[in-house]
Amino acid sequence: MPGVPTSPNTSALRDLTRALHRSFDSTAVLSRPEDLILYEYDGSVEKGRPDLVVFPSTTAEVSEIVRLAADHNIPILGRGAGTGLSGGALARSGGLMLVFSRMNRILELDFDNQRAVVQPGVVNLDITRAVEDAGFYFAPDPSSQKSSTIGGNVAENAGGPHTLASGVTTNHVTALELVLPTGEIVRVGSKQGDSCAYDLTALFVGSEGTLALVTEVTVKLSRKPEAIKTLLAVFETVDDASETVADITARGITPSACEMLDGWTLRVIEDYIHAGYPLDSGAVLLLEVEGMLEAVTAQSAAIDEICRAHKAREVRVARDDKERDLLWKGRKNSFGALGRIASGIYVLDGVIPRSKLPQTLRRIQEIGTQFGFNIGNVFHAGDGNLHPIVLYDIRDNEQFQRAMQASAEIIRYCVEIGGSLTGEHGIGMEKSELMPLLFSDADFDFMRRVHDAFNPKCSLNPGKVFPLGKGCGETRLKPHHVQTSNSEPAPATAAPAPVPAT
Amino acid sequence: MSAVTDSAVARLESVLGANAIFVAKAANRELYAIDGITPTALAKPVSADQAAEIVRFAAKENLSVIPVGARSKLFSAPTPARYDVALDLTALDDVAHYDPADLTVSIGAGMPLAKLNTMLREQNQFLPLLVPYYSHATIGGAIAAGLDSPLRNAYGTARDFLLGAEFIDGNGAQVKSGGRVVKNVTGYDLHKLLIGSFGTLAVITRLNFRTFPLPETTQGFLAAFPGHEAALAARHKIIHSPLTPLTLDVLNAQAARIFDGNTNGTGPIPEIDARHWYLFAEFSGNEALLARYNRDLAEIAEQSQAGDMHILDDPTALAALAVRLRESVAHFRETFSDSVIVKLAMPQAHHVHAATVLQSIAGAANLPLAIIARASGPMLIATSLQTENSSAEIMSDAPIASLFAREILSLARSFGGRAQLISAPTQIKSSYRAIFSESLASERMLAKRIKSAFDPNNLFPTLDAPAAPPTPPKSETFPPASLAPEPASQTDSPPSPPTPPPPTQS
Repeated sequence: MPGVPTSPNTSALRDLTRALHRSFDSTAVLSRPEDLILYEYDGSVEKGRPDLVVFPSTTAEVSEIVRLAADHNIPILGRGAGTGLSGGALARSGGLMLVFSRMNRILELDFDNQRAVVQPGVVNLDITRAVEDAGFYFAPDPSSQKSSTIGGNVAENAGGPHTLASGVTTNHVTALELVLPTGEIVRVGSKQGDSCAYDLTALFVGSEGTLALVTEVTVKLSRKPEAIKTLLAVFETVDDASETVADITARGITPSACEMLDGWTLRVIEDYIHAGYPLDSGAVLLLEVEGMLEAVTAQSAAIDEICRAHKAREVRVARDDKERDLLWKGRKNSFGALGRIASGIYVLDGVIPRSKLPQTLRRIQEIGTQFGFNIGNVFHAGDGNLHPIVLYDIRDNEQFQRAMQASAEIIRYCVEIGGSLTGEHGIGMEKSELMPLLFSDADFDFMRRVHDAFNPKCSLNPGKVFPLGKGCGETRLKPHHVQTSNSEPAPATAAPAPVPAT
Repeated sequence: MSAVTDSAVARLESVLGANAIFVAKAANRELYAIDGITPTALAKPVSADQAAEIVRFAAKENLSVIPVGARSKLFSAPTPARYDVALDLTALDDVAHYDPADLTVSIGAGMPLAKLNTMLREQNQFLPLLVPYYSHATIGGAIAAGLDSPLRNAYGTARDFLLGAEFIDGNGAQVKSGGRVVKNVTGYDLHKLLIGSFGTLAVITRLNFRTFPLPETTQGFLAAFPGHEAALAARHKIIHSPLTPLTLDVLNAQAARIFDGNTNGTGPIPEIDARHWYLFAEFSGNEALLARYNRDLAEIAEQSQAGDMHILDDPTALAALAVRLRESVAHFRETFSDSVIVKLAMPQAHHVHAATVLQSIAGAANLPLAIIARASGPMLIATSLQTENSSAEIMSDAPIASLFAREILSLARSFGGRAQLISAPTQIKSSYRAIFSESLASERMLAKRIKSAFDPNNLFPTLDAPAAPPTPPKSETFPPASLAPEPASQTDSPPSPPTPPPPTQS
């Protein structure tokens, strides 16, 4: 492609492929274009095809693969289930992708100390499944939890509806085993978790796979609450629902989850899931309180009262687990439901101060009107983590560009009112060009020094987090669509020269 | 390396302008001494810009800088190799942002913690960071010192509620990380590295926190147990029950003396019995919840052979006990001569074994021992390296000192835990820190890289201790009985060394 140097040197790639085939069995290495094409997508609207995919089974293998790639000067990146929404696990400049699906064992369950030690390819929900009979669960619950892996959750510092009270991934990780871009294997943190020096675990969680590859994770197991109450509050308008959330927060009540679905979105969902959301409502709040029975009773009564004070026409309490599961099923499958009515879905992720929810939702509608989109909202209202959803036609480039512009406009507004670029999806390649909205050149210089302390050659997950020109190794990267609104959206890259499998 | 010369002082004064806040009087500098090392100069910037200017000046002149707050925890800081400029940040005490409806606050690093909480209390909120020397500690110092708060049982540690920070790196650049919203994954979480960094990475100028609603009516529970197994068994049952107390600590009798005589007769505090172990919990809620706590805690305690049990429902008396618990480090430093205070971080289910070993070590060496075992994992251990009436000097190479450190480290390591020195006599501090840093061996290489990224000119002190003194011969490190003085110990003199002191480095 003109202007974009070919991704990794073809002969180096060929040598690396041969070396990998010598060391690993044939099912552990993919190098044919028809196989690689499966790894060029994640849950985002971005694309990036790797030149090689390898499935390590052990930490030692990860280290060996990383060393081999370093010897051949080929960039690498890690990938779990590929459910990420910011392009974090896409090979932006080609190279070798380590997919952790074979490292999917739970290594230790220590119920006495409420810890589990797991490999990075373990699926988030499988941790809970392994421990629920003993009365525990793993608290971070991204909507992707049925398929996303803990390694990816750690890289992106994943959140979820229940992180409002219980915290995001970083609050539940106490130790990591890592492989540095040199192939060195290191451990940070401890089972208990207090660092007793620099809190390196806190640095690596959420570093989006740009500092090290995670090969083992020690997580906290939370005790299942004694009581849970799930409430569905039904409102005539989005305004009433968002005023309610602001009021609940201001009164110091912390539900374990506080999700909002606007009327348009919930109708699309209801049509698919039949969760029991009222079709004629303007917005619903899905609220949950959990803990000791006495506390849950008091909190749900207080929430009920606040909802009604803000003109909720109905506050329904789930009668049993079945009804609760159904209410949540609607929320957790909302993006899938939306996928039925549009070929392209862009799920945004912005954060605002919670008190600014009503004005922000009004602004999002204005932006939608301005750019000609109906923007749906289904999001973590309690912590001000918005997920506006822009639907577009993937075949219509002009529409795609408009969708991206509308999205950038929304994120800009979030920052303007004191919020941030992303609450749980990460910067990845999706928002790297928006980083200057929050960070100065001095900030980038500083972050870059920390990046380079671990990943000096930018051999690990290049082209992520930092805007082009502020990071490293971007000379071979294509320009980003958010910045260059007139250019081709995520142009289809020419397939890399086929490498014969030897 | 250069020291601050008179001309440097003059130049710095000219940099900072007419209303120079630069002080170089000896008497003032004494206040900033760390382990007896006094800074050559003292600067008290009135703004983050000015602080950055001072750091840039120091970088240019190759002067070492140590940021300080209220100086309440300098005893816990690493001994500086050089100390040219003390950078006093107490004037950076502004409230940049406080929106009660968002439960977030953004304040200058020099803001006193107590003053911050007074402001938050007006909105029925607070910051659950109740650290020792609370009444005058600054928020920046509390974060830099990284000490824990009993409330972590319910609210977590600073890592869980610090949302972002602004700070000055070793080049004098003003940088930031995180933000002031409660959920945020934009960029690296560099602000979390500042927790416990003791000014070795950057000068913290502003901190953003999540605040919390003040708990409802709070009550306490105190029960005495025949030994550590029973007390820790009760604690274990509480941890694995539906109860979610605000604080949950087990104390041996020596530690429980922090509660002695502090309630002016208002509370029903029992006489502390030297043979007993104590469980102390605070909990809050509405009437129904409080009743439930009272009932369940009593039931659990009874199952674990509790003797005396007390519900502490007098708010004044309970508050007094909570303050004592918060200030336990201060208390141990005051009451133990040549006190050594160590944090042993290990998974809570191993505390029973740890308590057994610690008692055996201390018993064999005839050392007093206070233990506070926190439900979330850390054990605070305090001892005195000098028994009463002894005036013998503690030497850095005293075998009793390094052996005690090695025993603790070995204990921590056997359960994948860590040991951290909170306080020790100056003479042995470096050797303790060096020994404990062995538990962090795998992280030291990474920590060095972090340090040079934050502070490329080595302007700030280093957290990494000097090389550890050589490990004593194996027979001396374990079992603990090897610490037994020979012959049998006398009560009023320091235990005699079991072997000649091991050779020390430097």
